[in-house]
Amino acid sequence: MSRYYTDEHEWVDVEGETATVGITDYAQEQLGDIVFVETPEIGAELEQGDDAAVVESVKAASDVYAAVSGTVVEVNDALEDEPALVNSSAEEDGWFFRLTLSDTSELDDLMDEKAYKAFVDGL
Amino acid sequence: MSDDKTETLKKLPLDSWHRDHGGRMVPFAGYEMPVQYEGVMAEHLWTRENAGLFDVSHMGQVQLEGEGAADALEAIVPGNISALGAGKIRYTLLLAQDGGILDDLMVTNTSRNLYLVVNGATKHDDIAYFNAQLSSDVTLKHLEDQALLALQGPKASEALAKLNISPMQPDWPVPTDLYFMEAGPFMWGDIPLGISRSGYTGEDGFEISVPAGHAEKLAAALCALEEVKPIGLGARDSLRLEAGLPLYGHDMDADILPVEANLNFALSKARREEGNFAGAERVLAQYPDKADKKRVGLFINGRQPIREGASVVDADGNSIGAVTSGGFSPTLQKPIAMAYVPTALVETGTEITVEQRGKAISCTVADMPFVPHNYHRKPKL
Repeated sequence: MSRYYTDEHEWVDVEGETATVGITDYAQEQLGDIVFVETPEIGAELEQGDDAAVVESVKAASDVYAAVSGTVVEVNDALEDEPALVNSSAEEDGWFFRLTLSDTSELDDLMDEKAYKAFVDGL
Repeated sequence: MSDDKTETLKKLPLDSWHRDHGGRMVPFAGYEMPVQYEGVMAEHLWTRENAGLFDVSHMGQVQLEGEGAADALEAIVPGNISALGAGKIRYTLLLAQDGGILDDLMVTNTSRNLYLVVNGATKHDDIAYFNAQLSSDVTLKHLEDQALLALQGPKASEALAKLNISPMQPDWPVPTDLYFMEAGPFMWGDIPLGISRSGYTGEDGFEISVPAGHAEKLAAALCALEEVKPIGLGARDSLRLEAGLPLYGHDMDADILPVEANLNFALSKARREEGNFAGAERVLAQYPDKADKKRVGLFINGRQPIREGASVVDADGNSIGAVTSGGFSPTLQKPIAMAYVPTALVETGTEITVEQRGKAISCTVADMPFVPHNYHRKPKL
């Protein structure tokens, strides 16, 4: 399995044709206490850059974009009852959705962990 | 609630103190201000249970001095300022000539002058409007060298008592003797303080005007107490929303009249009878319940917050109103909002629909405050 990152602070775990998407620990730290996550519909066909989910903190709503194109096959139902999972475990239990990749070449433009860390350090 | 401006942001007297305490600074009302320290949720709950210290030095502090000050002010506010006793505070509205709300403000009769606290984002326009109204026998002073700190929460009084703040005269009351909406002059060592028992959280608390050069010393002394932590703008917003208190520029503006804003209590009886304040004819034509729309509170059925800008819609999806503030209530652990709705829908318990990002969300009109006020009111005789 390989993990990729975007400059919108999402992580993408890829296993074969399936990608799991969430927001990074840096992102959850910036957003603060998360009180609601609106996940996409199962079956939704997302193009890279589309609005895919909404994450709501006490103060504000933030969009989560589709890091890669694909068809949504699963969403994290645990977030419905416990949105704070995104704060406590952003890069594991707090994942948002899974999709079947429609264009694996998009992964070439994403960052690896080292590049993402350098990107965050430069902010 | 951020009012981003491209112009150069000003720094608060406590700027470096906020940064040293981990404050995350954001642009607001032309200043760099701390939006949070340890997190909005924790700061909010701390204030409801203990005491929080808020830096509100961006707000405008203004003195009106002179024989005709109260009368001059009454021309543009609907509050009974001339009847305000010494040491008493009144909440009132600054009205345009057409009755639209230009700002909301606190007016204190200090007995030597009128002391006004106005919103930061509107203060320069307010002052220009005051100056245009005032005759030559009234002088306006913008107290730009004063900082303003708010200490809010059920333990605010026991915390403030530990500072040994004394009255200006030995036989005058100490700060904790003040009741809600009373104010007085005090000394903390050799530092003069103007202290009001008032605030913007729904809790008991104080607002303290202190010379800017001494603000850091006062903030440090308060935050050294076990009851007190610094609190940012994020929690200030969620606290005032739970308390049902409107935020100028969001829940009211120049296109909104006082009755629409559900602020009938700010139209004092004597002033309604005189009918001689700016826009009185238009304002009073709506009094007490003849406005077409009104500001109400909303509970959201579900867990998704609705935000400022979302539309209130009818059964056909037509926009009939707007959400003006919305967020998650840390105290109630569910989303709450304020919205303008047609008068036919203002009854508590009325079901309404809000549309946000193309999604219909069902809401129920709720009584405000959402969380009961906890003011230290003077006992009724």
